Amino acid sequence: MEQHLNNAVEAIQQKFNAESRSFREQVTLHLNNDQIIPACKMLRDEFSFNILTDETAVDYWGRKEPRFEIMYQLHCREHDIRLFLRTGVSEENPSLPSMTEVFPNANWYEREIWDLFGIKFEGHPDLRRLLLPKDWEGHPLRKDQAIKVEETRFSFNYKEVDPGKPRAKR
Amino acid sequence: MGLEEKAGNLGFVTTTLEKVVNWSRTRAMWPLLSGLACCAIEMMAAQSSHYDMSRFGMELMRASPRQSDLLIVAGRVTNKMAPVLVRLYDQMPVPKWVIAMGDCASNGGIFNNYAILQGVDEILPVDVYVAGCPPRPEALINGILVLHDKVQQEKITEYSR
Repeated sequence: MEQHLNNAVEAIQQKFNAESRSFREQVTLHLNNDQIIPACKMLRDEFSFNILTDETAVDYWGRKEPRFEIMYQLHCREHDIRLFLRTGVSEENPSLPSMTEVFPNANWYEREIWDLFGIKFEGHPDLRRLLLPKDWEGHPLRKDQAIKVEETRFSFNYKEVDPGKPRAKR
Repeated sequence: MGLEEKAGNLGFVTTTLEKVVNWSRTRAMWPLLSGLACCAIEMMAAQSSHYDMSRFGMELMRASPRQSDLLIVAGRVTNKMAPVLVRLYDQMPVPKWVIAMGDCASNGGIFNNYAILQGVDEILPVDVYVAGCPPRPEALINGILVLHDKVQQEKITEYSR
């Protein structure tokens, strides 16, 4: 089990020159944008990592360059091991090749990332909003977007609060 | 209720008719199956045998808005769900009432952000607010009895929804 994971990590490191970090048996590999798709293909075909269990994004606003990091989590069923891959995406050009050609279930993960972070995926068959309404403007999970706190409306202040509420029909 | 409205104020005939009509409306009010989130579990618990809601007339919950009178908004309403809820309310025939169950339906609850509607009374006219997160089944039944009291006070000549 461990041996299989070590084999896979060594092969990726040799071929793509990736750096690997390990924390309590959880191994993360850092790659570049254009290396991700070939690396996942290699892991899927040669080392039988056949499920993409998760794909999310993290926003390091002001703390780290590049600003966004996309994290992929691969799982090998026969040996029961997991591997994490990370790439950085910059703010000026937030786009990345899509993972749907390698793992088709990345479709909804990438739609969610586009909806909440604004990171485009090239080659995605159907990139539109998943969780928010269709006509929503903005990408709420970025750290520089306000969370839109609304003032609570009571019976003693509803006359002052109502004009600030966009949907109130009173 | 067109006949009574057109008949106008006929003295004691209208008041007796009002009492009968309001009494019968409270005794057989069918709610719509509109459980959205965690408060729906408490609504189901209130409907089941331990805290029975059928003894108050709500024998069953209708899945179709065309066949129900009461909309119990149980749970948090997102901005994406709000026009759907308005559509359900518009499809219900008059007379209809709305109970906002729980904190999230009354004023947004503990969620005060871009995704959750701060109170369902921004889009629907609410009759009774039931507080709690989630309200106990007994609290929901208390809210329903308060609604029954409110319906008993209604005048059929002034019904406007």
